[in-house]
Amino acid sequence: MSTTTVAHDEVHHDHPSGIMRWLTTTNHKDIGTMYLTFSLVMFLVGGAMVLGIRAELFQPGLQLMNPDFYNQLIGVHALIMIFAALMPAATGFANWMIPLQIGAPDMALPRLNNWGFWLLPPSAILLTLPFTLALFGIGDGAIATGWTFYPPLSVQGGIGVDFAIFAVHLLGVSSVMGSINIIVTLFNMRAPGMTLMKMPMFAWGWLITAFLLVATIPVLAGAVTMLLTDRHFGTHFFDAAGGGDPIMFQHLFWFFGHPEVYILLLPVWGFIPQILQTFSRKPMYGYKAQVYSLWAIGALAVVVWAHHFFTAGMPVPALLYFMYSTMAISLPLAVLFFCWIKTMWKGSMTFETPMLFAVGWIILFGIGGLTGLVLADVAADAQYHNSYFVVAHFHYTLFAGGIMGIMAGVYYWLPKMTGNMYDETLGKWHFWLTAISFNLTFIPQFFVGLAGMPRRIPDYALQFAEFNMISSIAAFALGLSQLLFVYVIIKCVKGGKKATDKVWEGAEGLEWTLPSPPPYHSFTEQPVIK
Amino acid sequence: MQVFKKIGLGFAAMLASLNAFADYSWNFPEPVTPMALDTLHVHNKFMLITMVIFVVVLAIMIYSIFAHRKNKGYKAVEDKVPSTAVEIFWVLVPFVILLLIDFVIMGIPAYHSVVMMEDTRDKATMVIKVTGSQWRWQYEYLDGEAQGIKFVSNLTTTADEQHNVAEKKENYLLEVDNHLVLPVGEKVRILMTASDVLHNWWVPQFGSSRVAVPGFIRETWVQVDKAGTYRGQCKELCGKGHGYMPVVVDAVPMEEYKVWVTAKKAEIAKAGEIKEMTKDDLVAQGKGVYEKNCAVCHQVNGAGLPPAFPAMTGSKIALGPIFGADGKYLKDSHLDRLLNGKGVMPAWKATLNDTEIAAVITYERQALGNAATVDPIVQPAQVKAARQ
Repeated sequence: MSTTTVAHDEVHHDHPSGIMRWLTTTNHKDIGTMYLTFSLVMFLVGGAMVLGIRAELFQPGLQLMNPDFYNQLIGVHALIMIFAALMPAATGFANWMIPLQIGAPDMALPRLNNWGFWLLPPSAILLTLPFTLALFGIGDGAIATGWTFYPPLSVQGGIGVDFAIFAVHLLGVSSVMGSINIIVTLFNMRAPGMTLMKMPMFAWGWLITAFLLVATIPVLAGAVTMLLTDRHFGTHFFDAAGGGDPIMFQHLFWFFGHPEVYILLLPVWGFIPQILQTFSRKPMYGYKAQVYSLWAIGALAVVVWAHHFFTAGMPVPALLYFMYSTMAISLPLAVLFFCWIKTMWKGSMTFETPMLFAVGWIILFGIGGLTGLVLADVAADAQYHNSYFVVAHFHYTLFAGGIMGIMAGVYYWLPKMTGNMYDETLGKWHFWLTAISFNLTFIPQFFVGLAGMPRRIPDYALQFAEFNMISSIAAFALGLSQLLFVYVIIKCVKGGKKATDKVWEGAEGLEWTLPSPPPYHSFTEQPVIK
Repeated sequence: MQVFKKIGLGFAAMLASLNAFADYSWNFPEPVTPMALDTLHVHNKFMLITMVIFVVVLAIMIYSIFAHRKNKGYKAVEDKVPSTAVEIFWVLVPFVILLLIDFVIMGIPAYHSVVMMEDTRDKATMVIKVTGSQWRWQYEYLDGEAQGIKFVSNLTTTADEQHNVAEKKENYLLEVDNHLVLPVGEKVRILMTASDVLHNWWVPQFGSSRVAVPGFIRETWVQVDKAGTYRGQCKELCGKGHGYMPVVVDAVPMEEYKVWVTAKKAEIAKAGEIKEMTKDDLVAQGKGVYEKNCAVCHQVNGAGLPPAFPAMTGSKIALGPIFGADGKYLKDSHLDRLLNGKGVMPAWKATLNDTEIAAVITYERQALGNAATVDPIVQPAQVKAARQ
């Protein structure tokens, strides 16, 4: 038995080097690294696009681009940030950390894992290629409908829409494969003694995310396929003239789209409590309550979709149902917030960069959550809907709640992944620059939204000029601050103070029992949980 | 150094010039309908509640951040492994607080607001139909003395203003040629639809917003209680002109409204008259129609934005024959395209009258670098005949 294991290992140690290593790898850490790197690159691409948007909005009038190109930027910015930056970052962490956290040698389905990653670069190319093609006179640019693909506008659109549909198909296939892998791994490869209710919170967050992805991605795939056949094969799913209904697309899209929000956030809700307990030097409070809350949110996520289009018109009972069910999401979230703060309470806290991000995350995500609560109100939503208020709201949930959460994770686990400590001073600078410029970017957007500025317009009335100027300046500060993030990561990968196995004084969990960086094949002996 | 000084001065001057009309309004504009008033109350109340929650939670956390620090020598307490009962009690506290806020403090008023918002018929004294199309609003009065009044409302902000060539006027991007006129104090039921893609008719001071869906009728209502001019915008992404289809509503006292109705009816009757026109008259009127409706895609000079929006200059359609031997217009001819549209090109038969269609076709055939020899001009009477 033991001899075969050794022989097996030796074969793997002989892995190819150079580009072939990365193309053919089935190692969860290699794949995790590729996911994270891809995510970082696409984060910068999507960020560059939005800086183009903010530059155009710096002053009233059309300065830099025509409205059509503007519409292309807003849609592709969102698609890239959601599908190519945030989701791959969470999957990257899952690949790296879930096997380490549950004491498994690797992910359960390593080849599937490799395939799942290598679908991403082609889909990123599909999304952005139409921009380049347009330069050579082919087509009229990328998808210009916003990331939501609403017909009939998307039926009217050019080849950019087809490219985006195929990109979303590929990204969806990749996500479903990644999710199946995580579900199989978590159900079959936990260390002996690790019952489900002893799983690390990050694994729990991802397990629910994985179920949501498997449940909802096919619906999105179906919706965009119907769109494709409406565009090219004469069907009328979304065309009233043929008995279809444009609003049906919104139902299908948001049946995926709302769970998608939690898909992006649940992994973060998983590792933030782990960061809090590490730097409070105190076990997390209410483990069971948190797990049940995550499940409750996962379940509610799939039954509240229509609050994204209250103004599209629906019967009063439907409005009331979607309003009250949406408000109900705040109940498990209140429990989560309580547990997070109670974990910090009477701890022995220190504030290294991961902890700064985690605490800042609680505050800013709190703003996103509370504004979400008022958005649930149908009457008030008539005013907020599609105004800049909504733009600010979802950037508080997805930039602060998503990306800043991911950054907390990066600083938390980077020493474990690389074996080197990152530059703490620069990390703190990065946090403060990000937090301050983020707020300066988006607080003015709450105000212009309430004052009546619709979203997705390339030019605006003069009364919105001041706040937009502030927002644009701050957006550039926010964008430039992220170059510091990239620098800190590169510096840490290249060298620095050697990290200990435990890295953080208060760290608990299996991943901290391995050397930093962990060996290529993580656990030579299976750990046992008591 | 000198360079920095110059940049600094320029920047200061820019800020100062902005300050001249600085507007830092940060809440809903003044409500003028019962719905907007209700929305404002709901919004203020909920904002206050959420602000209180936020501040209290934040205060607890910030206290902890300062009090329970390792560098102050604070030792972490050993959380007694909480008995399940105690843990359940504590996590239920935030749960119950939010339950109360969601479904009682916020939930009950929200219920009444929804019912009021959706009641479009009770006590409504008139009905209008609003049609969104790329990229203008069309209004039609369906009953009462104004029945039959129907007009299109186009943006009047000039391309020069948009491209920073001319000074921007006060209501930049919020001004149109034909305002919707409504009597003060009357509950107006609004039927909403669209001719091409989704639009959303929104005036912030009215508090109502509803998506216009092509092929379906959606409803909302407004009752403007204060005379004045109110401005809003389309707020559903509807293509490249999305930012350029404002809503402007004049709310006027009943007597004034009646005067307006009479005048508008006379104006429409006059515009609808069919008369023989000369080429020069047609071209002159067509220029106005073209620049208002067509130039956004086909450009003022007729160069278009290929490939999506073809050029007028040298266009096969604009130079080709319109009428067949039988006097009926040909399929895919210039007139067919205008009346019925194709693909991205909208159908104009519901939006423009006979004279306007005849004029704009003649303009496109005889100006913009074109000089069509086959069917050089089109008369309003021919358009009228073509509609039948």
